[in-house]
Amino acid sequence: MYPSDFEYAAPTTVQEALELLRQNPEAKVLAGGHSLLPAMRIRLMSPPLLVDIGKLSELKGVRADGGVAIGALTTYHDLEASSELAQRLPVLVECASNVGDPQVRNRGTIGGSIAHADPAADMPAVVLALGAEMKVVGPNGERTISADDFFVDMLQTALEPGELLTEITVPPMPEQMGAAYEKFKHPASGYAIVGVAVMVHRGADGNVSDCRIAVTGAGPRAQRARAAEDALKSGMDVAEAAARASDGLEYIGDISASEEYRANLVRVLTKRALTRAMEQLR
Amino acid sequence: MAVADQPTRMFGQAIKRREDPRLITGKGNYIDDIKLPGMLHAAVVRSPYAHAKINSIDTTAASQLPGVVAVFTGADIAQEQNPLPCAWAAGGVQNNVNTPRALAVDTVHYIGEGVALVVAESPYIAYDAMELVEVDYEPLDVVVDAEEATREGAPQLHENAPNNIVMHWTCGNQEAATQAIDSAEVVVRQRIRNQRLIATPMETRGYVARYDAATGEYTEWMSSQAPHVHRLLLAAFVLGIPENKLRCIAPDVGGGFGAKIFVYAEMAALLYAAKHTGYPVKWIESRRENCQATAQGRDHITDLEVAGTRDGKITGLRVHTYANLGGYLSTIAPGIPTTLYGRMVSGVYKIPSIFVDVKGVYTNTAMVDAYRGAGRPEATYAIERAVDLFADEIGMDPAEVRRRNFIQPEDFPYDNGLGMLPYDSGNYEPTLDRALELIDYQGFRREQEEGRKNGRLLGIGVTSYVEVCGVAPSKWIGLMGEGWGAGLWESANVKVHLTGKVNVTTGSLPHGQGHETTFAQLVADELGVPYEDVVVEHGDTQGTPFGYGTYGSRSAAVGGTAIYKSVSKIKEKARKLAAHMLEAAEEDIVFENGKAYVRGAPEASKTIQEIALQASVAYDLPQGMEPFLDETTYYDPPNCTFPFGTHICTVEIDPETGKVNVLRYVAVDDVGNVINPLIVDGQIHGGIAQGLAQALYEGVVYDENGQLLTGSLMDYSIPRADMVPHYELDRTVTPSPVNPMGVKGAGEAGTIASGATVSNAVIDALSHLGIRHLDMPYTGEKVWRAIHQQ
Repeated sequence: MYPSDFEYAAPTTVQEALELLRQNPEAKVLAGGHSLLPAMRIRLMSPPLLVDIGKLSELKGVRADGGVAIGALTTYHDLEASSELAQRLPVLVECASNVGDPQVRNRGTIGGSIAHADPAADMPAVVLALGAEMKVVGPNGERTISADDFFVDMLQTALEPGELLTEITVPPMPEQMGAAYEKFKHPASGYAIVGVAVMVHRGADGNVSDCRIAVTGAGPRAQRARAAEDALKSGMDVAEAAARASDGLEYIGDISASEEYRANLVRVLTKRALTRAMEQLR
Repeated sequence: MAVADQPTRMFGQAIKRREDPRLITGKGNYIDDIKLPGMLHAAVVRSPYAHAKINSIDTTAASQLPGVVAVFTGADIAQEQNPLPCAWAAGGVQNNVNTPRALAVDTVHYIGEGVALVVAESPYIAYDAMELVEVDYEPLDVVVDAEEATREGAPQLHENAPNNIVMHWTCGNQEAATQAIDSAEVVVRQRIRNQRLIATPMETRGYVARYDAATGEYTEWMSSQAPHVHRLLLAAFVLGIPENKLRCIAPDVGGGFGAKIFVYAEMAALLYAAKHTGYPVKWIESRRENCQATAQGRDHITDLEVAGTRDGKITGLRVHTYANLGGYLSTIAPGIPTTLYGRMVSGVYKIPSIFVDVKGVYTNTAMVDAYRGAGRPEATYAIERAVDLFADEIGMDPAEVRRRNFIQPEDFPYDNGLGMLPYDSGNYEPTLDRALELIDYQGFRREQEEGRKNGRLLGIGVTSYVEVCGVAPSKWIGLMGEGWGAGLWESANVKVHLTGKVNVTTGSLPHGQGHETTFAQLVADELGVPYEDVVVEHGDTQGTPFGYGTYGSRSAAVGGTAIYKSVSKIKEKARKLAAHMLEAAEEDIVFENGKAYVRGAPEASKTIQEIALQASVAYDLPQGMEPFLDETTYYDPPNCTFPFGTHICTVEIDPETGKVNVLRYVAVDDVGNVINPLIVDGQIHGGIAQGLAQALYEGVVYDENGQLLTGSLMDYSIPRADMVPHYELDRTVTPSPVNPMGVKGAGEAGTIASGATVSNAVIDALSHLGIRHLDMPYTGEKVWRAIHQQ
């Protein structure tokens, strides 16, 4: 298929990229292109200008400094291959290796996935479960948005026009931490019909001190399964907590899965993810 | 296990395909690789409505876009071209044929039907211009379900087809079947659906058309399974020009699975565009267009009634089927649910009384025609589900029920009573025995029983199948009842040059089957020349003899036999010439392994290369002998061939999500003698994947407005490598008596068996929950609902 005509720019500095976005409000940012280009191919999107941020090398890579900072342009493959992540946040490695196929993982980026906010993408669930923060720069300088505030609606985020996502930071984790990602794939697209990411902390008293459960695929955006989180924190066991995971979520039903089936998958995958996460606690 | 008769040097060797180095290193030559000077690019404006009147089309704005050369509508082309032909008007199809035109003229009948053709200097401009073509549609009521389409008050697609009926066709003996069912100890009834599929070849369709105004000759490069037939049908029926004014060329073809057998609207539209713009015109189908507008497969609703005795004998079978054929008739559509489905629905079983009733139906959906297996997967699904339902009802092991009803070796040639040609040869039980042994059937049954105690859902499914291949004797297929509009023979020319090198030109052509390898093996073996010395040419109507195309697993059995016979003629001439060279009597000469010698004296021999040289330089030939070794054969087979086998698979279902996991897949096929086991195994692998994909993943979904909801590969699921199991293959060999090589055909066997096999395994896994039947595809949600509704 053939997209409409568009202009192309490849800035070499963040400031230059921001300037291009300021001057061209209809422009789209091109990172790995694995959501944008398919949409352009079928003319679902016809941006007049693509701002390719691929040359902004400062946005690539994983840094550990207490917590972990991941450049928005880091590819899924680089997440999979990161020894820092393998050691500190293996759930991100697990999640990245669940995305698409090797070709997709070589091109697709974590920032692209999060900024695009596809309702069935994997990364939004994991960053939401990890309580990550999104660092963005824009015409008015830099600001930080928590994952809880970032995913607004289907394909909608808290990014303002002209803003660029630069980094995803995950706060330092306690030693007694477990996390896991479970996914039921759409057989055609490979996206999540439902994906559930969980993180659990255990306090000194041996009880669950914190728990975050994030669901993708079920509804229009990545969402917290707060009923299950509260249940687990209040001392219920995994099965009891997981049975509440589908409560209070928004759902989408379509030809690949009904709302009812998605709710079932939320419960089942939460149980499986929590079970694995709890096993990681020592 | 039997062995192939007399394995020789090349026949039976698992050599690698000679096509592959070029194809897998990007050096193939597909349609989109063809670039001609001055070539323009076309794009098709397609209907967003499933059923609508076209009030008007305004092409003004599109025509004025810089770079646009022409915009054509259906009305333009209809002044010069006829509608596409339906070449297989099977029984009952008479005055109700409705076929598409190059572009719709006044009414559209499915989403994606072409209404205008934009021709521009680049495909980008053509796509821009498409958005400027203004079509005023008046939407009409829509029907997408075949059974609903036949009901009183349903939207009517075509005036000449009341209640949207294409044909009402029957075979077998209605009275006997009714009697058998009414008097039976046990009768099982079940409605089953064989869902609609998209063929999804890796290379979509595409054409390049050129017109030479000086000679009035057209050339069309086409991604095609049957270029000779396309030339005939386009020239004689659509354009109304002599056949020799059109040349059709199929270069490398990236898969077809049946969908490239047919004459398509875009083939005709491009010929018009090339003539009227004066430039070559290319059109490459996008994947979305492929989902919408390339002919699809299956789509049956079937009511099964199977009758039998409590000791496992099947005594009667009655089958009523609605076959959804889409908005128009595709090229051979009516033949699929009749000859290739109805006449094969009794499968491998000796069933005394059978009646089959098929209604072909128009609906507001894409056309349905042959798709890998074409009718036989539908037949196998029907009979193999019926056998399992019957086994379940009488409480007998399904493998045992099969064994008790098999046609026996002494019954061949076997007449199934449904108007099919006699099954050529067969020995079904050894395939069942071997498959049961490979999968450790009893062992799995024990594991299943144990597992069920712990809530595990384990299932095992058995399918024994027979199919009809090597189609077909022209005098049978062309009969009034069968309705095929021509012959079904194949042809081949073999030349041995002065140097001893060999060229084979064949009417048959590959779109992934490996003809260049297999046919070269055959010739090398028979003629006794090195394999490397044989070149196989195909695909260009100028330079190859006529062929009806590649489908129905017919290339080896029919096209291969034409080659074999040409080689035999060459050997016979070589023998005569050798007699002259050796100064011996002709009847004393033996030709063997590329050498001719006097019987009993092999030391004084003439090689085929020496004989070819002598035949070519021609200064010392026997009296009256023509120079050169060059022979052509037109081969019309005396019968079809009937491959068979047994497939068994095991599955485990996740009770919480309904997801089906295939544990093991065993296939024991009998495709007669095997020329190249590597290629045959590859065909079986691909075939199994395709049927398994129907069982687990694929399925076209139209909504009630005829909108296609599975219009891309993001929605329509074809399996990736990690979504299919490892295959465990074995074979028995029962040579076909139909052709001298004893081959039967292997291209569709896997697909014919695997859908039913996986189905039977999934339903077996759920049978203790009281589930008797579920329709494919077994998506997580469908299975989960079935489990939790019990």
